Amino acid sequence: MPGPSATGIPADTTIHGESMLNASDLRKGLKIQIDGDPYIITDFEFSKPGKGQSLYRCKLRNMINGNQFSQTYRSNDKFEKAALEERKMQYLYNQGDEYHFMDNESYDQIFITAEHLGENVNFMVDNMDIDVLFFDNKPIDVSLPIFVNLEVIKADPWVKGDTSGTDTKPVTVQTGYELQVPPFVEEGDKVQVDTRTGQYVTRVKE
Amino acid sequence: MLSVKELHLRAALLNAVRSFFSSRDFLEVDTPVRQPVILPESNIEPLRCGDHFLQSSPEQYMKRLLAHGCTNIFQLCPCFRREERGRHHLEEFTMLEWYRSGADYGDLMDDCRDLLFHIHLETSALFAGTGLSGMGRYLCLNEDGSDSPWPEITVEQAFQRWSPISLIGALNEESFDEIVVEHIEPKLGGTAPAFLCDYPASMASLARKKHDDPSVAERFELYIAGLEIANGFSELTDGAEQRRRFDKELERIDCLTGRTATMPEAFLRDLEKLDSCAGIAFGVDRLFMLMLGKDDINDAVVFSPLEL
Repeated sequence: MPGPSATGIPADTTIHGESMLNASDLRKGLKIQIDGDPYIITDFEFSKPGKGQSLYRCKLRNMINGNQFSQTYRSNDKFEKAALEERKMQYLYNQGDEYHFMDNESYDQIFITAEHLGENVNFMVDNMDIDVLFFDNKPIDVSLPIFVNLEVIKADPWVKGDTSGTDTKPVTVQTGYELQVPPFVEEGDKVQVDTRTGQYVTRVKE
Repeated sequence: MLSVKELHLRAALLNAVRSFFSSRDFLEVDTPVRQPVILPESNIEPLRCGDHFLQSSPEQYMKRLLAHGCTNIFQLCPCFRREERGRHHLEEFTMLEWYRSGADYGDLMDDCRDLLFHIHLETSALFAGTGLSGMGRYLCLNEDGSDSPWPEITVEQAFQRWSPISLIGALNEESFDEIVVEHIEPKLGGTAPAFLCDYPASMASLARKKHDDPSVAERFELYIAGLEIANGFSELTDGAEQRRRFDKELERIDCLTGRTATMPEAFLRDLEKLDSCAGIAFGVDRLFMLMLGKDDINDAVVFSPLEL
């Protein structure tokens, strides 16, 4: 499948000295820079047909736009490590589609758009600590805590002896996110949600 | 790390290999693992050991033993290849090599069949009841214990059948290896083991060209379940021709890696005394991996590199 070429830097050039990687450094999870974009290797396989040359078969995902492609590299290919930096930040508030964050060390403030944050906005509450991944000084991704506590702002009351047969009901939490919870959860309760699956974990007593 | 049960199975495999060759009057030899000069092969990066190299194969000394008067010999030994790490590759692995005087690659294919059936006979009792694959599963045995013939496919036929581009095209645009890995290997050895044979002459630095078609070399690979298990060929015994091919390899090595490799003069001297013969390198760890029903070679060696 055609995809972006490798860095295109001749093998004998030592730009950035040690930051250049060789094909033998490739592995699943490694982040490299191709044509100015950061890519993560999502699948990796080393192959070497009998008496043939080493082949490094990779599946890569563009960390900014999510595009994926497959590419086979050879021993002489060189790569540049993606200049990624993770910063500890605090999510402050949102103003419409702009979600504002503050760097915990420098107190610098930035915002990320709702579109960019995608489903993450379902689980973000004011003053939450969130790791933000920067590429070339631009935020490209956030890592939420695995479990977050969210307040239920809308729930149908639990009717004892309900014979409808269902063992869950829908509720809405403070971020506007709707999820299924057990019938005993009521308005004003706090529930723990798994941010990886978006599902209810437990009711939290505070 | 292998379990105690798996250690017993691995030992049974090694015993079966030894009993197969000793019952056929092969002499077991053990040649030096540390080699001051190695055979030039541009696609193999050797592992250095002081001012020597750790062997990537025992080929040069085994052929010198043949030149010295040995007829049929075999060896089980560790081999080392730098930066070959993956699901089916280890930097240190166990190789089985054997050589036959007065034979060609067709005789080696017969040996492969006989060896795998011998391994099946010798180890199936131990594998029975373990829930593991064992050897039998890969041999395409019929209910009466007979077997189906193993396919022999030439490289040319394989390209016609499965490759999106022709063999000539792949060689011209230097995508031969990619095509083999992506389009051909997965098709080989699915039901019964298969032989991929008659490689382009340019891709067999130590093999003899075919008499009736010098565009190909008498070289084959044994595949089981899409995995390359062994590489064998009719040996080139023409010293002058071998020197010309090594010259090309030395140039490629210098060009690809900047490493200055040395012409193996002692080997070339002995090659002059070598009569026609055939030899094969066979990956023991890969075979054992299949017998265990695993898909990672790290699970088939006593200690994997990460456990050292």
